[in-house]
Amino acid sequence: MTRTQFIIRRVLWIIPVLFSVALITFIVMHATPGGPWDVDPNKADRRISDQLDKTFGLNKPLFFNPEAFQQAQKEGRGVIESGQAFIDAQFENYIFSLLRGDLGPSYRYRGRSVSDVIFGVQDDKPAWQSKIGTTATLGILALLFALAFGIPMGIISALKQNTAVDYASLFVVTIGYGIPSFVMGILLIIVFAVWLGVINVIEIDYWQRWQSWFLPTIVLGLPTAAFAARLTRASMLDVMRSDYIRTARAKGLGERVVVLRHMLRNALIPVVTFAGPALAGLVTGSFIIENQFGVAGIGDLFVRSVSRRDYTVIMALTLFYALLIALANLAVDIIYGFLDPRIQMGKKEG
Amino acid sequence: MGTLLEVKDLRTEFHTQDGVVHAVNGVTFAVDEGETLGLVGESGCGKSVSVLSVMRLIPQPPGKIAGGQVLFQGRDLLTVDDEEIRSVRGNKIAMVFQDPMTSLNPVLTIDTQIGESLELHLGMTKEQARKRSVELLKMVGIPEAEGRIEDYPHQFSGGMRQRVMIAMALSCTPQLLIADEPTTALDVTILAQIIDIVKRLKRELGMAIIWITHDLGVIAGLADRINVMYAGFIIETAPVKEIFGNPLHPYTLGLLGSIPRLDETRKEKLTPIEGLPPDLVTMPTGCPFYDRCRFRTEKCLHENPPLEVSAVRHSVACWNWQDVVKARGRA
Repeated sequence: MTRTQFIIRRVLWIIPVLFSVALITFIVMHATPGGPWDVDPNKADRRISDQLDKTFGLNKPLFFNPEAFQQAQKEGRGVIESGQAFIDAQFENYIFSLLRGDLGPSYRYRGRSVSDVIFGVQDDKPAWQSKIGTTATLGILALLFALAFGIPMGIISALKQNTAVDYASLFVVTIGYGIPSFVMGILLIIVFAVWLGVINVIEIDYWQRWQSWFLPTIVLGLPTAAFAARLTRASMLDVMRSDYIRTARAKGLGERVVVLRHMLRNALIPVVTFAGPALAGLVTGSFIIENQFGVAGIGDLFVRSVSRRDYTVIMALTLFYALLIALANLAVDIIYGFLDPRIQMGKKEG
Repeated sequence: MGTLLEVKDLRTEFHTQDGVVHAVNGVTFAVDEGETLGLVGESGCGKSVSVLSVMRLIPQPPGKIAGGQVLFQGRDLLTVDDEEIRSVRGNKIAMVFQDPMTSLNPVLTIDTQIGESLELHLGMTKEQARKRSVELLKMVGIPEAEGRIEDYPHQFSGGMRQRVMIAMALSCTPQLLIADEPTTALDVTILAQIIDIVKRLKRELGMAIIWITHDLGVIAGLADRINVMYAGFIIETAPVKEIFGNPLHPYTLGLLGSIPRLDETRKEKLTPIEGLPPDLVTMPTGCPFYDRCRFRTEKCLHENPPLEVSAVRHSVACWNWQDVVKARGRA
């Protein structure tokens, strides 16, 4: 199997994965009590909600529509039309409109489609300032921070194993790991916004002041940075003890060349493997931080649409997260093949 | 011929949690220009550690070169600065390691791995280094060398990888090649090929070799002289014919008794050496071979015998080597 065939096969695999995610989310979502028209704590007025259900097709059965099928049979319509009537149900209708590229209307943002809620921008702002763009920016910044901070820290603590430098890095890592990000977020807000007053966390537009990105980026990226540091350190220590490093030294190469050429590439293979899913994790895992720092992204949107049963938004965002994770894993497999020549995609080593 | 390398009273220790491991305990030997020296002994007797100490390749910590001198062309390699030792490594003294499967960097091409010492020590450009690398691969008998230069180590078999290692070691035509059990990981036919290659290249290039092995059969046809090591000491040193024809140390005798010979009438069984070498953390004050020796006396328990000249170019560290000679006469 060639590399291209491998990639095509992996891409095609994403389809059943997404279908399963859609199905499960749909079931769980509709199994949860309440509906999009309810306004806490009261149920919506019956007549209004019936009318809305009818408008948006929520009065239809979830998966199969035997009533419509019988109706069609009675009216003596053909097999195809009867079949169409049978699957005239909420799930199938959603999937079909999804295949046409239509994410449907939002039930809670009146008059706006889901695409508009997620991807749209107000006025004439550039596209990356949409909700999804904002979250993606935060995720990428956090990943860059995590790698730029974690990898060098891991390398240095491996090279200086069991010295004060190593222990200092272990201290930072433990803090990054051990303190939950919502605690860290509040802590930093207290220090920087309340005590020092250098950062404003109330009513800020992240696209107006680039400095405002600092805190959420650090809070979001710190656990990932800690993990990257530990992973790099372990991997470096492993490589440092290997026979080929001794061979490299026996050639008379200087420390710089030994570290940069012979160690790093081997040591970073596991780190790269982890970077893809880490980005997916950062983009999908920023609910609390977005909320805490007032970042208007999809994490914040997701939490709100779940509590408000905004079915179409929930479906769209869940599928988006699933797609992101699938693509991240695919990217890892592809990059892996470039980094490590021993990995031949889809082929067993002979 | 002049002396190329002179090792004097070399001591190497490893500081571990269980205590100080005395891996090499005052080893003294010399290698002449163009000479092949065999370093023989069982696993853990300090063969590899002593040559790695010569190259200053002992991982420090936990390793530590506790004393001695390593004179190479008049310079003490143990005291020169890092830059100078690096200019010797791979250039004047090169090494081939035991396991060719793990001794090559898996993510770099053969071209890069051979070429980098050429660029470093001989100041070649990338193209020159590449041309030379192809020549080297041909020299060690790799077929279609031009087509394979861009390959990665995993695309070669074990024997081929060891040839690559040898090509790499010989790239700067070193004056001394240290081969640390280079054939241990290979099967017997490949082993014979590798030995043939080394013999041929030694004739062509005229370098000295230190060949480490625990296989006396391998070394017999290769070495000029043999050092037998035990528990971090050299316990016997002699020209190769003397070692096989006139072994003086009970341990050497035991080693020879434990290998099959074609020139003797077939015995019932090979005779293994009973027991285990001493713990290198708590070294005995007497002879380290005491527990396993059938010639031992009271003196051996209290005093460790020094390596003393017993015949021309033959030295042995045993109080009772004359008894060994007598016993051999009776057998």
